Amino acid sequence: MAIVTPQTLRQDFPLLVHHPELVYLNSAATSQKPQAVIEAVSRYYRELNASVHRGAYTLSAQASEAYEQARRTLARFIGAEEREIIFVRNTTEALNLVAYAWGLRNLQPGDEILLTEMEHHANLVPWHLVCERTGARIKAIPLGDDGRLELEHLGTLLTERVRLVSVMHVSNVLGTVNPVAQIAQAARAVGALVLVDGAQSAPHMPVDVRALGADFYAFSGHKMLGPTGIGVLWGRYEVLETLAPFLGGGSMIREVYVDRSTYAQPPQRFEAGTPAVAEAVGLAAAVEYLERLGMANVWQHELELAAYALARLDEELPEVRTFGPRGQDRSGVIPFVLGSIHAHDVATALDQYGIAVRAGHHCAQPLHRKLGVAATVRASFYVYTTREDVDRFIEALKKVRDFFKDWL
Amino acid sequence: MNLLEDLYKDIILRHYKSPHNYGPLESANVRVVGDNPSCGDQIELQVETDGEQIADVRFRGQGCAISQASASLMTDLVKGKTWAEALELERKFKSMILDGAPPAPELGDLAALSGVHKLAARVKCATLAWNALEQAAQEARTKAQGT
Repeated sequence: MAIVTPQTLRQDFPLLVHHPELVYLNSAATSQKPQAVIEAVSRYYRELNASVHRGAYTLSAQASEAYEQARRTLARFIGAEEREIIFVRNTTEALNLVAYAWGLRNLQPGDEILLTEMEHHANLVPWHLVCERTGARIKAIPLGDDGRLELEHLGTLLTERVRLVSVMHVSNVLGTVNPVAQIAQAARAVGALVLVDGAQSAPHMPVDVRALGADFYAFSGHKMLGPTGIGVLWGRYEVLETLAPFLGGGSMIREVYVDRSTYAQPPQRFEAGTPAVAEAVGLAAAVEYLERLGMANVWQHELELAAYALARLDEELPEVRTFGPRGQDRSGVIPFVLGSIHAHDVATALDQYGIAVRAGHHCAQPLHRKLGVAATVRASFYVYTTREDVDRFIEALKKVRDFFKDWL
Repeated sequence: MNLLEDLYKDIILRHYKSPHNYGPLESANVRVVGDNPSCGDQIELQVETDGEQIADVRFRGQGCAISQASASLMTDLVKGKTWAEALELERKFKSMILDGAPPAPELGDLAALSGVHKLAARVKCATLAWNALEQAAQEARTKAQGT
């Protein structure tokens, strides 16, 4: 099992080989890419590139087949049907697609959308835009002090007026794994649709969209070893069929006249214009790479790294305050502050030791308001993160603490 | 680590932890807010001015050591100066931060921030207060013309 020896696995990642001294701890923002993915994209351009779904020639048929094969691979990865996989640019676009194609057309004044206080801006701002135009209102499931959602409020929040519940599967800041299946079941009981932001779950854990009980599930390719510019919106086919198009153009039509048109069936209805074929092929290669490792192993690896890092931080760095739940419901994401030193200063200092971490509000300002801090430093792990990476991170953080010791 | 010591000189950390000219200014007639939305840093600048001279200036804000120390040092430096002099100092400061020019002697203790030039990601922290100053200058000019 390759995942057991991430040191060897590092060799699959040209960027990590190119920067042997780099400790890359920002995979929650974007992951590095294995050679298999880089090669798949390169090979597509070298051997297969042609217009998809348009040419009568053999090469076009081969390119189309590669694109549709990628769709099948992605469907298999999350337990979906092929016709339910819509290729988009990223999670943000997937969430906007639902907001515009479903929200704008279906929401009315007085309707409610239920979100959570831990959401990423990508699952907040599209709903702000939709509510401005429809008169619908937003409510949020509160975030508790332990970094988990306060689900005891779910019963009161889930009124008959709630039309959609949109919730992140795993928090990009706290690592919290939300009990999405439980939330979805409660939402369906009042007739609400369920949208799951899977940006931080699809890359890290086994996901079966049917077991989640959701209607939509969105994720990005670049966070799961794939290229940028490609992501997926999954939707239950019966729901997708009822949706109007998001973007109009070529590929998504059935018949077009000068003054009107009719639309193709899903998923084509939602894929206007020439798609990101090479990126889709690259994402399929990333999925195959992850499947070889086994998603259960990937998750286990991250759980172990998170537990190890948290134990060392607790033990050896009392000046560090970490956030997020403690337990098996937490991914390999460690948000923290060092005394009263600002997160950006800590991140800049860590960078001097070759440790790449993110600092700031991580596109989650409401969550940081709730935590009572303006910004946090975030170390996040992935398949290629080794125990030695965590050790180097902790040792560097000790030096940073020593440097700032008079100012903590 | 040389770069770390070079960047976070004692004087920067002193101004970060005990900023000068911090808090509200009752007599202010120009107030501007500058922010970096991508990182959340914020500086509110309050200036008392007759349109020609900066009679008094104070700031409030939140953010990293670099943005807050830059604001603290800047307010020390521009207090009592004319707007023309203040904007000339801004030009010299930005030339040091953005172009890596050697610190002009008039910048005084702000020379301690010269290391920021090497860190592209932190340039916007150092210039935040100065962008607010430029905004304040425009507002002061508009107000002076209006009266």
